[in-house]
Amino acid sequence: MSNPYAKLPGWAEYGLIPLVNLVVAFLVAGLVVLLVGENPLEAAYHMINGAFGRGEYIGFTLYYATTFIFTGLSVAVAFHAGLFNIGSEGQAYIGGIGVALACLWLDKTMPWFVVFPLAIFGSAAFGALWAFLPGWLQAKRGSHVVITTIMFNFIASSLMVYLLTRVLKPLGSMAPQTRTFEAGGQLPKLDWLMSIFGLDLGNSPFNVSFLLAILAAFGVWVLIWRTKLGYEMRTMGHSPSSARYAGIGEARITVIVMMISGGLAGLMALNPIMGEQYRMQLDFVQGAGFVGIAVALMGRSHPAGIIPAAILFGMLYQGGAEIAFEMPAISRDMIVIIQGLVILFAGALENMFRPAIGRAFASIGRRSAAAAQTRGA
Amino acid sequence: MEFFHTIIAILESTIRVSVPLIFAALAGLFTERAGVFDIGLEGKMLGAAFAAGAVAAVTGSVMMGLLAAILISVLLSLVHGYASITQRGSQIVSGVAINFIVAGSTVILGEAWFKQGGRTPALAGDARFQTVTFPFADAVKDVPIFGPIYSNLLSGHFILTYVAFLLVPFSWWVLYRTRFGLRLRAVGENPGAVDTAGISVIWLRYRAVICCGILCGFAGAYLSLAMSAGFVKGMTAGKGYIALAALIFAKWRPVNIMLACLLFGFLDALAIRLQGNPLPLIGQVPVQLMQALPYILTVILLAGFIGKAIPPKAGGIPYVKER
Repeated sequence: MSNPYAKLPGWAEYGLIPLVNLVVAFLVAGLVVLLVGENPLEAAYHMINGAFGRGEYIGFTLYYATTFIFTGLSVAVAFHAGLFNIGSEGQAYIGGIGVALACLWLDKTMPWFVVFPLAIFGSAAFGALWAFLPGWLQAKRGSHVVITTIMFNFIASSLMVYLLTRVLKPLGSMAPQTRTFEAGGQLPKLDWLMSIFGLDLGNSPFNVSFLLAILAAFGVWVLIWRTKLGYEMRTMGHSPSSARYAGIGEARITVIVMMISGGLAGLMALNPIMGEQYRMQLDFVQGAGFVGIAVALMGRSHPAGIIPAAILFGMLYQGGAEIAFEMPAISRDMIVIIQGLVILFAGALENMFRPAIGRAFASIGRRSAAAAQTRGA
Repeated sequence: MEFFHTIIAILESTIRVSVPLIFAALAGLFTERAGVFDIGLEGKMLGAAFAAGAVAAVTGSVMMGLLAAILISVLLSLVHGYASITQRGSQIVSGVAINFIVAGSTVILGEAWFKQGGRTPALAGDARFQTVTFPFADAVKDVPIFGPIYSNLLSGHFILTYVAFLLVPFSWWVLYRTRFGLRLRAVGENPGAVDTAGISVIWLRYRAVICCGILCGFAGAYLSLAMSAGFVKGMTAGKGYIALAALIFAKWRPVNIMLACLLFGFLDALAIRLQGNPLPLIGQVPVQLMQALPYILTVILLAGFIGKAIPPKAGGIPYVKER
């Protein structure tokens, strides 16, 4: 993609512009709060208090953030290769099968640290498998990955309803979910990490999959900026024609990238299934795959940006619950609006404020250059 | 005879569920043929359905409801147009954003304004579309074969249903027999050539996006003013995406769109019918498979195993006048 806009310093590109976009998104969200007849400042207060007011709240915020780091990374990896994976939602959903199978198989006999690696492998494998087909279809048959991944989300959702109501449900139970896992299928919480900061985790489900998420973020950074594959991915994302000219196998990269992306989305399933509910329920993903799009766009597809963006959305989810409790007129659907606005302003309208900011920088640059000249003379 | 009546019943519900798909898929046809991809059909339809339900409930007039639906849907289209035509942002990202903004705000505003758990008040009388009965429909009801077809299948639908089916040849005429249609298709294939001919690419694409908004407005109004009596949160339930699938399945052609929508509608109607009833020879078909079938079929088509779906060449690419 060519960039018709002036180059900005790094801190403006990765700090200022996302910040401006975010502020505008929140201002518009504030307008919606006004339309509902409530005070936006009060809502903001409840949100921040609800997200960070207590150790337990912080635990919940980070629990949600864990999920969004995985899905954000998933979308970002595909972005780097110029692919838009809207299917993280479905891949995460299918990834749940891998987690559930590992847990159902070994939870009674093995401790969690034996089950966990297997579940990691299972979730990533199932997620990658679900992304393989759209990737392969794009690479070999030229069908657009955006459309196929949307279709695969719906197919995944039907498949999971089928599996949970017919296959994975224990006999005699009515609820469409697996049985509750024993100790081996339950991830330990990160009490120790929080107690370093003198915080009490309370009932929040903040668990070791957070560490895995951080590890995955580091892994993605290594992959994209420190490996040959990452270089090829970025080349393809920047300019498919030069990638072709350089002899980079487009089909191969597309399939691999989609599988990595799907695998990362699949890992997300560990957090709610092994970390909170200790069973696989219907709709456990709850739109986290789509939040990943917002997170990746806000984090400018860089792991260092994705982690804070994920924490921001974790804050919205946890704080949003608090707002809904304190101000019943504003339900948690407010988050969906903010998510949409962030996607709009940080994604589709990312260039709206860029010319103005670019001009501001140019005029500052000229003025300081002129000042330097007068001083020199 | 029992079997025949079942068939008629299934076909009747096929028509009922495919109407919003036809409106939405034709809406998508106009923008995508002009080179603006739109996965925000779902959101526009939902926003329109909400506006229709809310305004019809307050004013008690179905026409005001329809107008409000079109207005909101066109506004959302213009947001999409501004982001993807003027700002040259990603069309996919903008569509996704609109879907989320609408999904959230219809619930919040509905709850705040009507306090019925995200619903709008139930509509009755003039606030809702009434079914149209053809002349002599009652008289010929008992005539074998022809009777049920005429009085159940053809007669007794909402006026919007007939509008939807008339829009199919009309869209074909607009796209293939008018100057506007020719230019619209050209701008989706080769905007550079259109620009060279001295026609504004931007304005043409905006007009296409507005057409899309109007049609999505009809789709939404049908959902909340005709199919059900009022708005229920999330009532589009993926219909926008099925319409998108139908559009691709139809290879971006008006008559094919109608057939694809009828096919997907038929699958939907059949799925409801088959729930719990085993099929002869095949046995019990899981409902979930029937529900997933439109998507599976579209994927198979996209894979090029049933013909080849070739999208408009300039689709998804923002037009830059000069470099």
